[in-house]
Amino acid sequence: MSNILTAENVTKRFGGLTAVGRLSIEIPEKSIYSVIGPNGAGKTTFFNCITGFYHPEEGDIIFDGRSILGLLSDQISQRGISRTYQNIRLFSNLTALENILVGQHALLKSTLLGPIFGMAGTKREEAEALKEAKRLLAFVSLARKGDLLAKNLPYGDQRRLEIARALASKPKLLLLDEPTAGMNPNETEDMTKFIRRLRDELGITILLIEHDMRVVMGISEKITVLDYGEKIAEGTPKDIQGNERVIEAYLGRGSAAQITA
Amino acid sequence: MEYESKTTWWLQALRSGLIGGVVAVLVSLVGMVGTFHERDIIAGQITMGQTVLLLIVIAFTYYSSRGDESTTPSTRLTSGALTGLVTASFIVGLILLGKAVNLREVFVNASPALYKILTFDMENLTAAYLYLLLGGTVVGLLTAMVHLIPSAWRSAVINGLGLVFLIALLQDLIRVTLTPFPAVTKALAWMFGSRGQEGLSVVGAIIVFLVVTLVNYFFTKRGNDMRKRIQSLPKATQQSLRWITWIILIAFLLIWPRVAGTYLSEVTNTVGLFILMGLGLNIVVGYAGLLDLGYVAFFALGAYTMAVLTTTGGEITSNFQWTFWEALPVAIFIAVLAGVVLGIPVLKIRGDYLAIITLGFGEIIRILFLSDFLKPHFGGSFGIVEIAAPTVGSLTLNTPQKLYYVILAGCMLVLFVAYRLRDSRIGRAWKAIREDEDVAQAMGINLTSTKLLAFATGAAFGGLSGAIFAAKLSTVYPHSFVLLVSINVLALIIVGGMGSLPGVIVGALLLVGLPELLREFSEFRLMIYGAILIAMMLNKPEGFIPEAVHRRELHEVEEEDNVTQTATA
Repeated sequence: MSNILTAENVTKRFGGLTAVGRLSIEIPEKSIYSVIGPNGAGKTTFFNCITGFYHPEEGDIIFDGRSILGLLSDQISQRGISRTYQNIRLFSNLTALENILVGQHALLKSTLLGPIFGMAGTKREEAEALKEAKRLLAFVSLARKGDLLAKNLPYGDQRRLEIARALASKPKLLLLDEPTAGMNPNETEDMTKFIRRLRDELGITILLIEHDMRVVMGISEKITVLDYGEKIAEGTPKDIQGNERVIEAYLGRGSAAQITA
Repeated sequence: MEYESKTTWWLQALRSGLIGGVVAVLVSLVGMVGTFHERDIIAGQITMGQTVLLLIVIAFTYYSSRGDESTTPSTRLTSGALTGLVTASFIVGLILLGKAVNLREVFVNASPALYKILTFDMENLTAAYLYLLLGGTVVGLLTAMVHLIPSAWRSAVINGLGLVFLIALLQDLIRVTLTPFPAVTKALAWMFGSRGQEGLSVVGAIIVFLVVTLVNYFFTKRGNDMRKRIQSLPKATQQSLRWITWIILIAFLLIWPRVAGTYLSEVTNTVGLFILMGLGLNIVVGYAGLLDLGYVAFFALGAYTMAVLTTTGGEITSNFQWTFWEALPVAIFIAVLAGVVLGIPVLKIRGDYLAIITLGFGEIIRILFLSDFLKPHFGGSFGIVEIAAPTVGSLTLNTPQKLYYVILAGCMLVLFVAYRLRDSRIGRAWKAIREDEDVAQAMGINLTSTKLLAFATGAAFGGLSGAIFAAKLSTVYPHSFVLLVSINVLALIIVGGMGSLPGVIVGALLLVGLPELLREFSEFRLMIYGAILIAMMLNKPEGFIPEAVHRRELHEVEEEDNVTQTATA
């Protein structure tokens, strides 16, 4: 299995603070890969470097065989990377369906003249886009809620809508930033199953930031642990669970000894 | 606010009364009551000056006695009466103060004439005070009672009163409009004040109020039944009904200048030009969320391009002498070009900073046209004269009634384009940028091209408006393109409802049309304007007609249901 995303020595600094330092990660195609770490470890900064929100000072990010360093976030999205956000960032005054339609933006072609003159090609394209959007809406179990404004949806629905919007651009790699944050155990369980479905049914590689260890250990094939912007461990869930440095990073120095004792 | 009204309703009432009182005193002292007193609303009975004070009492008591579902009728009535009483006592206080101290040194309008108006010309001052206080309380009580009647009647009564006021206000206009039809004038003579009196007659006012209220009531009551009945009609009939409505509307728009006469047509034309600009700015601000305070620049460029290309005289050196129709596409093109040129440097700038930069751009364009440096081309402060009027065949469209059709065609065209773009791929991208620029970009939207398209489309509409404006006046001067135009256009969008197409039309009618009709009160125009904006932002920040939510899913579902129903039947 080849790697869909390779990060080589990625470094991002804010003034004197190194948010991500010399981070190297290889994400195999069609895997579920998690990045974990305490608060402020640089996980979201790393996501922002991949999606073009930030531009790393050093290192390289190779996606699908080509470097995506220096590209704008819309170009990166068109290459096939899509994401969700830690604090949900939907287009709140657009309907659920419109949010998904915006997600399809780069796949559609019409510009000014098509819609103004009501050209046949544009009409067909719009009809197909709407059909696809409804299909995605049903896929995330939001059918019949498509005309509600995104801001009026309940929290769990908003999380799923955000994923549907990300899926609308037909990504090869999907970055999920704490998808189960603020969910109760039942909802978390559903979300975990849903993430697995994304990979199994749609063949999308998933890169996940998550704090809920049950989710992480349950679905990840490989995990990278960050602390203060640096990689302190990498491996399968089993490797990570027993790793001393990881336990120390989460619980403080000496904790590992106490737990194993 | 809710718990406040439950626990301390009287404080709320008192506060409304205080604010109302201050407003009433202010309105009196700045001379509004005095100026407005010269016009009758109901001939020989109530003047407009008194009406303004009355409206203040009504507005504030209506607000204070609004409460919520749990407010008891007695609470409503008491707070209404209290607010009315407090407001009236401020007016009494003003008169007492005015009699004791000479306010005229500061407030020029605090003349004996003002006190005469405020005391209803009564000899006995104590009686006048009592009359005022009692009047305030009674008006407050009556207003509060409006909340007690069923909501269908309530809106009917409010609309009835509103229309009486409006008809009385615009009565001379209505009369002038009716002069070509002597039969109608005669038939409606009872409605208006007789022998040169202004305003409605007492009988006229009562009948107008009753008719409007009753018609309104039965329409709102029957409205739902009607809608249901229309919905149960077969699809084809519904479609043809819609066509008939459209045809009636268009027919009305087509005959409007014949009905309206020269003056009203002129006002309509000004409103039309502002609708054009409003629709353009609505794309930039309402759809794409890019706050542009220099929109007048595109209007100016359209106007000056038209002027330079078609002028046949004056001081300037150019000698193109094109026709209106030849120059029009060039004017729009120049405006679009300017939109793109302005767009490129401000692509990365957001919010407040964008507003300031565009503001600067608008001023730069105006000052360039004013400058001595470009005087040979644009005539400096003398502007450009003898601009060609549009012609169709051998017909020159040089009167307001004829130009109306050019503006109507422009508005229809632009409305259609804006409507088609609203729910297109580009329209969605604009709204996505408005909602969250970073996320929109991460969704694959190219910010550069999408923003430039918004600027260019908005500029095109502004340029079109400017080009027609130049032909309409047949002269252009730099001072026609001041910052206030940009602000007016922005305000009409906000009042109408950001991003809403019907909102632009309503906003233009209210903020451009109405002030044009009430020119005699123009010295208070900006004050009323400001008051409307503040009231609007406090009570209805989404505008009169908020942006509509486009329902795609349910619409389709209904259609599918219909199909399955007919299939099973």
